[in-house]
Amino acid sequence: MADEKKFAGYICTGCGIGDRLDASQLEMIATREGKMQSCKQHEMLCSAEGVQMIRDDIADVGATHIMIAACSRRAKVEAFNFTDVAMSRANLREGVIWVRPDAPEHQETTQEMADDYIRMACAEVKYMTKPSGSSEQQLNRNILVVGGGITGMTAAIEAATAGYPVHLVEKTGALGGHAANYYKSIPTRSPYADPQDTGVEKMIADIEANDLITVYLNSSITKTDGAPGRFSVDLATESGSTTNLSIGAIIQATGFNLYDPSNLSQFNYANSADIITNEEMEKLAKEANGGPIKRPSDGKPVTAVAFVQNVGQNSKADGQLPYHNGIGDLIAIKQALYLKELNGDDCDTTIFFDNLRTPGAAGEDFYRSGQQKMVTFTKGNVGEVVPGSTLEVKFKDLILNEDTSMQADLVVLDVGMVPNTGPDPYAQLAYEETEDEVEKAKLKAELDVAPPSILNLDYRQGTDLPHLRYGFTDSHFICFPYETRRTGIYAAGPQRRPMDMRQAADDAAGAAMKAIQAAENAGQGRAAHPRVGDLSYPSFRKEGCTQCKRCTVECPFGAINEDEQKYPQFNEARCRRCGTCMGACPVRVISFENYSIDTVGQQLKNVDMPEEFDEKPRILVLACENDAYPALDQASMNGTEINPWARIIPVRCLGSVSLSWITDALNSGYDGIVLMGCQKGDDYQCHFVRGSAIAHERMSKVGDTLQSLNLEPERVEVYEVAITDVTRAPKLINDMAETVERIGLSPFKF
Amino acid sequence: MSDLNKVMIEKYRTSFLREVEANVEEGEWVKMCMQCGVCAGSCPLGKHWDHPPQEIFMMIRAGKRDEVLTSDSMWMCTSCYNCIARCPRGLPITHIMHGLAVYSKRLGLAPQKQPTAEFSQIFWDNLMKKGRVNELKLGLSLYFKDGFGQGVKNAMANQKLGQNMMKAKRMNPMEFFGGHGVKDTSGLQKMIKKAQEIEDAKVQGKG
Repeated sequence: MADEKKFAGYICTGCGIGDRLDASQLEMIATREGKMQSCKQHEMLCSAEGVQMIRDDIADVGATHIMIAACSRRAKVEAFNFTDVAMSRANLREGVIWVRPDAPEHQETTQEMADDYIRMACAEVKYMTKPSGSSEQQLNRNILVVGGGITGMTAAIEAATAGYPVHLVEKTGALGGHAANYYKSIPTRSPYADPQDTGVEKMIADIEANDLITVYLNSSITKTDGAPGRFSVDLATESGSTTNLSIGAIIQATGFNLYDPSNLSQFNYANSADIITNEEMEKLAKEANGGPIKRPSDGKPVTAVAFVQNVGQNSKADGQLPYHNGIGDLIAIKQALYLKELNGDDCDTTIFFDNLRTPGAAGEDFYRSGQQKMVTFTKGNVGEVVPGSTLEVKFKDLILNEDTSMQADLVVLDVGMVPNTGPDPYAQLAYEETEDEVEKAKLKAELDVAPPSILNLDYRQGTDLPHLRYGFTDSHFICFPYETRRTGIYAAGPQRRPMDMRQAADDAAGAAMKAIQAAENAGQGRAAHPRVGDLSYPSFRKEGCTQCKRCTVECPFGAINEDEQKYPQFNEARCRRCGTCMGACPVRVISFENYSIDTVGQQLKNVDMPEEFDEKPRILVLACENDAYPALDQASMNGTEINPWARIIPVRCLGSVSLSWITDALNSGYDGIVLMGCQKGDDYQCHFVRGSAIAHERMSKVGDTLQSLNLEPERVEVYEVAITDVTRAPKLINDMAETVERIGLSPFKF
Repeated sequence: MSDLNKVMIEKYRTSFLREVEANVEEGEWVKMCMQCGVCAGSCPLGKHWDHPPQEIFMMIRAGKRDEVLTSDSMWMCTSCYNCIARCPRGLPITHIMHGLAVYSKRLGLAPQKQPTAEFSQIFWDNLMKKGRVNELKLGLSLYFKDGFGQGVKNAMANQKLGQNMMKAKRMNPMEFFGGHGVKDTSGLQKMIKKAQEIEDAKVQGKG
């Protein structure tokens, strides 16, 4: 009984579907062509009664595969949530009646559209099986936090507060990170007027008192293996002892290093003890221990301080940081204010800025507070700091447009934050693949100065988290900021982007929640973001595999390792279920239980292809389910018309599109193909990071296929579509219809 | 150099900003300027100023005491209040400009022969005589401020305007003889004198 397949179809006639379409014809197609063993109509399938009808069939008749013809698969997901069967959805509402005008002359083509969507959904469900989950699953609630600064400590406290055991690894001999040396922090509470205590001591005490948190000082990670739910992490201490930990999910919070201004000769940082960085200023203040801050050179109390902002940052010059750390001006205001507090109101504090940036809730209020307390803000470019018993700060006053100078006994340089991350795993790959000699030499030079690994991942695709730019770890900062390209490993704090303590703490809390989620999901064999809860995972037919390694190289998440014989080794819990491996596989041996070459391939083959003299073209649209498909749904809600020749199939990611689908479609007589993925590149919007980019690369080669078939290249178009492209997305389909009209029907209709 | 000016230089050797805060009307706002330049861009007479307000504030902070106080920039303000309406930091810029002008005049540093400064003095003297502005005499003293010959020329140039105003009963030639005033002129004058004494004492730190 268990492996016997029972197909049942359901057609909803609500929402105007029954009025606009011939439901009995749809029912006939479902049973005769779609081979549904039963097909029922309901006037409101998503109602409690309709849903109960389906549930009864599953329980009593033993339906194992159901086809629901109603609204978009993105609508009514709570109602049509049948986890114990395989299910497909035919989109009659958003896909057909809402995008076609209600007029007698359009009736025929509208009905044809609906008929095809029934055929497609029936074909799809026939090739699906109910996902059974991975055998890899285990629940491991241990969270590993790498880095014991503000970010790491917050993450540890948050995870432990939620009841999860935490292992906190710190490479130095003490917790606290940079912040342990800070005298005060930027205010986080209204009225945002004065610097406030850092709270680091209390955090350290809280961690030491927490039974759920184990701290490993002077330790580093020598090897990380496995997947979410079953990470195996080797720790080595300085003394040489090693420990192995079994971990559910990992938070990397390795923070930042400060930019070294020694090479900027005009500031003479190396030539005077009284020219210091902003972090050294904190130490000086902390050492003052509540008394007046003293000059490092002669120990005299400071009376005039110059803050030079934006040192070696936001600059295109070689060896400087191309970005700005954003918080340097707030730090300068903070330091100027505590100088006034410790050294008296007479202590002259001047901040030299060009663009003063005071972001965040505290920003503007804190700036005003600085002005109120007579901190001098001078818009000027500091050209040189001349060392001596008193320092001369030479600057160009940008308001008064004159070169002038001031005397100070202490100069504080605002230097930026450099992310403390491991080497970019793709740098080695890029180096190996580059053929251009100049480029290769450049990449080699970068590789030679690459930082040591932090996580030492034993992954096919390198030892650490991939970078986006300037060494910051890659994450989608709008949609899913903590997700990295290594599932179950979350990045938080200034290694993602420059940030202050409060932002780092927020970041850490977010990453801790995500890590807990990842461990729990892994325990149930469920996917992490963005296909949260998906139980299916890729498997491959070993007999067919040619060990070409394309899947192991292209997986955006480094989920696939290789075994000794170079066969792919899927780590289900690392997989995000995008299907990029499936799209990559030239021999089509990779599939998911509910998504495969056949579930899509059979849909496009089952569309009724009109004969040439009918003059009814067919346009295949493969639309990314994350952005393009919702945009089309939204367009239909707005009442935008979509050409009646279009047949739209949602795909998990454009990266999962197999070239065989394109070839099949062209061979079966489709006149045009539109592929819609997300924005690629540095500012990508692809939910699977690289999927869209990989698809664009693959499709650039589709021209050869077209040429071999003697077809016009404009029959296949690949687009980047955002979820907001509500007017553009349908237009792209309608444009293809015009193109087909212009160049004529495909000669491949039989 | 006036005595008061000497006193002030002595008192605020290091910080002109502090001097402005203590002595200039609304001067405590100067430090709150964030140098955005919206005031400079909003001033309808801006291009005639040597230093727009934002620059004056910067000069004050940079300690350029003489340059600020001898400048004629703040005298150029026509009180249109555009800058006040637009300043994102809410600085009462117009008032600060007038405050600076008054302070520089008090110290004897206001530029000589500055037309607005001269007019202000003529206006004040005219007002103080009777407690009300005598428009006929105000106009005449303005015409004749640079001597008799220039005065006749000015009057002839505006002859037509004057006649029209008389026709339209906007100006009464009889005002030339005495003119109207408040009920208790000497009381008003005494009151103003006293107020000036109090203010002087305050500025010199004796109040």
